[in-house]
Amino acid sequence: MTGSKKKPILEVRGLRARVGGKEILRGLDLTIQAGEVHAIMGPNGSGKSTLANVLAGHEGYEVTGGQVMYRGKDLLSVSTEERAREGIFLAFQYPVEIPGISTAYFLRASLNSILKHRGEEEIDPIDFLTLVKKKAKLVQMDQSLLNRPVNEGFSGGEKKRNEILQMMVLEPRLAILDETDSGLDIDALKIVASGVNAMRDPERAMIVVTHYQRLLTYIVPDRVHVLSHGRIVKSGGKELALELEEKGYAWTEIDSPAPAAPTSPDVPAS
Amino acid sequence: MKSQGIDLFLSRFPAFDREVAAYGPAWLRSIRREAIARFEALGFPDSRQEAWRFTDVKPIARTAFHLVTEPASNGWDRAAVERLAFPGVEGERIVFLDGLYSPELSHHCPVPDAVRIQSLAAALKEDPEPLRPFLARHAKVEENPFVALNTAYMRDGAYIRIPRGEQIRQAIHLLFLTTAARRAVVTHPRILIVAEEGSRATVVESFAGPGDQPYFTNAVTEIVVQGNAELDHCKLQREGRGAFHIATIQAYQERDSKVLSHSISLGARLARNELNFVLDGEGSECTLNGLYMTTNRQHVDHHTLIDHARPNSTSLECYKGVLDEESRGVFHGKIVVRKDAQKTNARQSNKNLLLSEGATVHTQPQLEIYADDVKCAHGATIGQLDEDSLYYLRTRGLGPAEARTLLTYGFVRDITERIRIEPIRAKLETLVLARLRGAGRKREGR
Ligand SMILES: Nc1ncnc2c1ncn2[C@@H]1O[C@H](COP(=O)(O)OP(=O)(O)O)[C@@H](O)[C@H]1O
Ligand SMILES: [Mg+2]
Repeated sequence: MTGSKKKPILEVRGLRARVGGKEILRGLDLTIQAGEVHAIMGPNGSGKSTLANVLAGHEGYEVTGGQVMYRGKDLLSVSTEERAREGIFLAFQYPVEIPGISTAYFLRASLNSILKHRGEEEIDPIDFLTLVKKKAKLVQMDQSLLNRPVNEGFSGGEKKRNEILQMMVLEPRLAILDETDSGLDIDALKIVASGVNAMRDPERAMIVVTHYQRLLTYIVPDRVHVLSHGRIVKSGGKELALELEEKGYAWTEIDSPAPAAPTSPDVPAS
Repeated sequence: MKSQGIDLFLSRFPAFDREVAAYGPAWLRSIRREAIARFEALGFPDSRQEAWRFTDVKPIARTAFHLVTEPASNGWDRAAVERLAFPGVEGERIVFLDGLYSPELSHHCPVPDAVRIQSLAAALKEDPEPLRPFLARHAKVEENPFVALNTAYMRDGAYIRIPRGEQIRQAIHLLFLTTAARRAVVTHPRILIVAEEGSRATVVESFAGPGDQPYFTNAVTEIVVQGNAELDHCKLQREGRGAFHIATIQAYQERDSKVLSHSISLGARLARNELNFVLDGEGSECTLNGLYMTTNRQHVDHHTLIDHARPNSTSLECYKGVLDEESRGVFHGKIVVRKDAQKTNARQSNKNLLLSEGATVHTQPQLEIYADDVKCAHGATIGQLDEDSLYYLRTRGLGPAEARTLLTYGFVRDITERIRIEPIRAKLETLVLARLRGAGRKREGR
């Protein structure tokens, strides 16, 4: 499993995390090589978003154990914004609205902070506009949305496309897409999928978090993992997604180690 | 409240009265005398009075302010004035130094014959009669001692009169500057704007002064908007950090008139703005937008009163506050709907963003409704920056300070966006952003 040829982009070992006093991730292992797309599937509440947020650096999630290496370096001690500048991108399951700030303005500020971190010059505003318009076309996002406040009054599908647009502009090394497919109709799903596929690159890795197999017919993953009660309980090739679709998540629980009741924290009472 | 400050204002008055009587009309002299008598009777307000419960003017009452009688010759040159002006605003600019008109720093444009845009002192000296039906008719001295004081000591300021049907497209910019002085200076700027039937105009009032020195601006603006006329009024308060700024804007609106008002309060150690709008004509409409941004130990108070006196009038009010460090904000919004004023439509909102633990705000709506067929809505909120939004911005590579700045800027833009004069909006947004970035750097430095 350990890459002897290449160094993995992401290496998660025995990760434990809690939120609101409750342990959600309970010893999670995951290794991703550059160029790969991994799907993470699992029922609602299994900890998919928690994993995504822990990787992105949400301060509300407390890591209680394990380790995460990103491109060979410890990730957990790095601030949220530094992670983004180092190339981690999270497409939110529920994108946030930012009143008063246009997507174009915000995205240019983002790109510039990343460029600055790399010691590169800020992007020229005109060049930026050309770039963002080109990418917006790829995800078939109406250009007028670029000048509207971020996600404010956007439909569910428009918000998700905005996430993909941001990913395309910021060009991360590790992209985590948290249920980007949920709430999309089939046409929107295809657009989003083609945007993601266009981003596939030997230098880039992606984690596609999804609840349904549907997305994975358009974004064909290299690996599929099943998350249950805060652990990866099954991993396999793309066929695993189909198998899950057929048999349901209950099937994965059978051969997973019996978890403690999900509501009780994993600490001895004292 | 008795104080040294009051005694000084009272004892100086006879000499002032004699001096200005030389070139003012007699009717104004009696108005002045009544006003000083009223000021004497009222004294400075104290916190036992409901309207002054949260705003303590003792520091004003305690200070012996110096009244400037000679135009200042130092402190502000053209370059300094340019920095305060709005690049791209082409129109008339009238500059006042320590309350007195400065012809050197002002810039006049050709306007149609009957239009009056001049210093109040000149208008009172040359042709005072046309002012008589309006001056001191609307801003009442009875209740507010600061209005009384301004009325007693009124000497200069601006007189703007737009004749029937005339439309002045370019903004008229009034710039009130206090110069650095060894003594704490007081000015009593007085502005009279009369928009006659069917006319249109835009007036911008800016106030600014030197750094940390104490000084006192006590301004009164009277606005009369006749039938079908439209006035766009924008006030930008950028006084120095040591300043006291007390101002009343008193507007009187007739049938089908429209006023768009902005009150932007950024400066001063203590600021109190009263905006009183009387909708005394059917179909009249006023929109009151406001923004206050405070830091350090600044205190900014807005008291607004919208009096719906006739049927079918509309008022839309939206004030926002951003309060940082140990600063305090006060918003009191009163709406009166008189018995006859059926079909009134009034909406008020006040939203506040507290950027630090030490900042506070008092917000209070007050509705007095005597008509039965009306639509009134109001709402007030006090909140902090949204954590989820901060997180979202940080996952895009923005540091905490920049994320806070952007979110706050977004909150504020809701107000600045409504300013219709593009160069003013642009300049104000630049100012606000620079200020938020400065605060961010300060926060990070701690
Ligand atoms: N902020 C929070 N406070 C308390 N519990 C939370 C919080 N966020 C998530 N949880 C809980 O953690 C569990 C996993 O949630 P999540 O990671 O969102 O699952 P998924 O994305 O797989 O549906 C759920 O039981 C959820 O209720
Ligand atoms: Mg989720």
